[in-house]
Parts: sequence; structure tokens; C-alpha cells
Amino acid sequence: MIETKTLPTRYVTQPGEFHTSSGKTLRTDEMIINMGPQHPSTHGVLRLEIVVDGEIIVDVIPHIGYLHRCFEKHAEHMTNYQQVIPYVDRMDYVAAMNMEHGYAVAVERLLKIEVPERVEYIRVIMAELQRIASHLIAVGTFGIDAGAFTPFLYAFRDRELILDLFEMTCGARLLYNYIWVGGLSHDLPPQFIDKCKEFCTYFKPRIKQFNDLLTFNEIFVKRTANVGVLPKDVALNYACSGPMLRGSGVDWDLRRDDPYSVYSRFEWEPKLGKGEMGTVGDTWDRHIVRMREMEESVRIIEQAVAGIPEGNVQAAIPKRIRPEAGEIYARTETPRGELGYYVISDGSGSPFRVKARSPAFVNLSVLPDISRGGMLADLVLIAGSVDIVLGEVDR
Amino acid sequence: MTAAEIVESLKAKFADAVLESKLDALQPWILLAPRRMKEIAYFLRDDPAMQFDYLMCLSGVDHNNGKLGVVYHLSSTVHRHKIVLKAQCPKEDAHVQSVSAVWGTANWHEREAFDLIGIVFDEHPDPRRILLPDDWEGHPLRKDYKVPEFYNGMKVPY
Repeated sequence: MIETKTLPTRYVTQPGEFHTSSGKTLRTDEMIINMGPQHPSTHGVLRLEIVVDGEIIVDVIPHIGYLHRCFEKHAEHMTNYQQVIPYVDRMDYVAAMNMEHGYAVAVERLLKIEVPERVEYIRVIMAELQRIASHLIAVGTFGIDAGAFTPFLYAFRDRELILDLFEMTCGARLLYNYIWVGGLSHDLPPQFIDKCKEFCTYFKPRIKQFNDLLTFNEIFVKRTANVGVLPKDVALNYACSGPMLRGSGVDWDLRRDDPYSVYSRFEWEPKLGKGEMGTVGDTWDRHIVRMREMEESVRIIEQAVAGIPEGNVQAAIPKRIRPEAGEIYARTETPRGELGYYVISDGSGSPFRVKARSPAFVNLSVLPDISRGGMLADLVLIAGSVDIVLGEVDR
Repeated sequence: MTAAEIVESLKAKFADAVLESKLDALQPWILLAPRRMKEIAYFLRDDPAMQFDYLMCLSGVDHNNGKLGVVYHLSSTVHRHKIVLKAQCPKEDAHVQSVSAVWGTANWHEREAFDLIGIVFDEHPDPRRILLPDDWEGHPLRKDYKVPEFYNGMKVPY
């Protein structure tokens, strides 16, 4: 309902009113807009119920669950702990290696077993390759959200090379079932190390190219800086993690602060948002954190490939997995942040309860807080910068 | 702070709310009174020696013995210590005090625990289902859950 009235002298604009050039004041009412569940910029089946006042966002109510399969119920009905692994693959389908890694770490801690060094090194290589692949999708689609199509194609071209490496290793390009409890499904093929080194050499200059093309592009910076600012205290209160948390300037990375696997042996550092283009914790900061993390991942991969020991990758795989009654919460750093598995064992061969604390689910819960008061057109960018994968949000 | 020290200071402050603790578990945990969670949570977050500013995870559990439970995994980014809190309630009277005023992240986790396990969080600002449709019947992660044959006229098992 829009009505006009003449503007009195020294009229002060009330909330919900706009001046027009002809001296009239437009009165607007709040309107509810649905974005999704089928919408190109929600990155999957997410429905955002948006209350807008003109172009200003008053509130955002995310509706999730369109991809809910109740992974946790599936896990309880498996006859074996290993059988859960294909299901965790399907939670975060763009970072399946990291999901498997987290689950394997949790069950191994519950079983109190050590895995051979070679396995840990291969896991780190895979996890970091997967991190690059996942960040490439994140920054590529973020470019699309901002209206830049070319970087997306560049990102997918480079991601293909990583998928080739995975295919060479375990035959699958998306859902691997590669990292098992206690070991791996296959050892590395003989030509993997050379191909992996080749990829690192190829990829390093591409990051700079990508930065020139997108990150420091004037239009992109204008569009993303000072948008969707997530302050440090809010980020911690909402338990955001990964690039969301580091983008807000919190120096926190589980690979360093709650070490697992062999990350402590490599030289690298977490990258933080510093507000170079605007405010600390804006969407541009989250983007640059992902770009810089890819460089760090390449550093880790190069060191891991150089120092990989010999060994049997299947030696420590238990024949029967029957942990003592007990429970464990193990967390690992995936491309989206803290992935936690809370596993309860009742002493039988199948888990009593598996709860996955998915990083994207938690990161998404802060979306209403950082979008309120912003422009409707920016919501696409804010949602894009959270980097959600709905398979993992809904589980 | 070690887990033993945390238990001691909780006992000193909330003597009647600390029901049980197990310090020799893989991850030490403390069982607390379900209707006192909020004040304990405020204390754990704001006390300078504790500063549990990061709620890692909140999970609902059906213990399959007539009791439902909520498990809170806390960590501090300042002191780098961790603790596990638990609260249990009988199935017939499944009420636990909400902590979403203390940690914003608890909001969605508690909605999920209500949705899938059926624990009601008192004082929750937005007590709706989150993953399942609003008109779904039952709570799937309960151990005695039976899959309904039909949902709104659609056959459920496929």
C-alpha cells in the first residue's frame, strides 16, 4: 500500500518514508519476500523469508531442512562404524574428504588407536587439496553473486585438476569413501606425488591471477566492503568458525589450536581479516581469508609431499570395531569451519548416537543478525560469503 | 583450569545443582540440574577464571532408559580449556532451561534437539521445529520412534 502526501516545511523523515524529487513523501509498508527454496543465489535449497521496508532488510528468517535425511538416524542403524563413512561423504558433498577425516579422527580417539604416519600424511594432503577445491567453489560462486561470471569458470577449471588427483587415488571425483577408520581404502598411486607437485607449481600463480581478476577488482571491492559486518563478539557468541570467524579477526584455527593429525609438523599460519578495504569482518574480509588460506594449503601440501614416509596404509584398520562404552567429541577444521562429531558408544558394534556439529549450520544461524539494516541486494552477497552447503546444513 | 577445579568452583557456587561428575572419562563431564542451566551458563561464560565463550556443540540424546539428555560441549578461546556439561530429564517431563540467551548459537541447536529428540527448552525465544516440517508428528531420533506410514496423504517409506 503506497500513498503520497505533500511535504510540510521542515518535515522530518519518519522510518519507512522516502523523499521524492518532486517534494512528495512516499510512505511504504513492510513487505515479506520469499527468496528460495529454488533460487540461484541461495546455493542450494534454502528459503529465506525476508521482511523488507523498501530496500532495507528488517528481518531475515532462514527456513532450512529441505535436504534433511536424518544422517544421525542412519548412523545409529548401521551394523558397523565403517559403514557410516559413505553417509558423512554425502553431508558436505563439496568437501567430502574433510568430513571423512573428522569422523575417522573421532572414532579413532574413541578406540584409542594410533594410525601409521604415512596415513596421517596422506590424510593431510587430501584434506588440504579438498580445502582448495572447496574454497575455489566458494570464491567462484561468490563472484557470481557479485555479478562476475568469468572467475567462476577459472575456479572450476582449477578445481577439475584436484578432482583428477582424487580420481587417480580412489576412483571417485566427488564422494570418495577414501579415509577409513584406522587407515585408507587405497595407497597413493605411484605417479601421485609427481602430479601433486605439478599441481602446486601450476596453482600458485593462479591465485594471484584470481586475485587480480576478482579480489582487488574495483567494482567487486565497492560491492563487498563494509557489507554484512560480523563483529568479533557476535562471531564468538554464535560460535562461528572457519573463515567466518577468522574474517572477523579472531585468531583461531583448529589445525593449530586443537591439533589433530600431523598439522603441528608443518609451517603455516592462519590468515585473518584485517579490514583492509573496509571494516573488519565484512564480506570482503571473509573472501580474502579464503583466498589466502588456499596459499597456506599449498604450503602445507608441498611440505607433506616432501616428507611423506613409507608404510602400510591398511595396517591399523581394526577388523572389528567395538569401542568401550564411552563418548567423544572430536573437532576438525573443514573449509567451512569447526566440524565436530559427538559419538556415543554403548560397547556394541554400531554407534549408539552420532551427532554432527556442522559448521555451515552454525554459521548460517548468524545470518539474520548480520543482514538486518542492510540492503536487499546485499543479502545475496552476505549469504554467499557464509559459504553454506545445504547438504551439511540439513544433514 | 582443570576439570576438577571447574567442578569444585561449580560446587562452591551451585551446590544443589551439581548432581554428578565424572573426571576420569575420555572427556570429563558434569551432570547438572536441568532447570538451573541458565544461571550456571552465565557464570561459566562471565567468570574471569572460566570464560567459556564458545559453545562448540549442543546435542540431544535419547538414553533409551526413560531419560532424555542434553550435552553441552564448551571451550574457551581465552584460557583454552574445555568442559562437557550434561542435563537429563525424564521422557514424560522433558523440560530443560534454554541457554540461548547466553550463547546465541544455542538457539538453533536447541531447536534441532527439540525437533529430533523432543526436548522442550523453557524460555526459548523461538521454539519451532527447524529441520522437519512444522506439522510432522513425533521426534525421529527417539529410540522408540516409528516411521509414520503417511504424511499429508503421501506414503512415507520409499
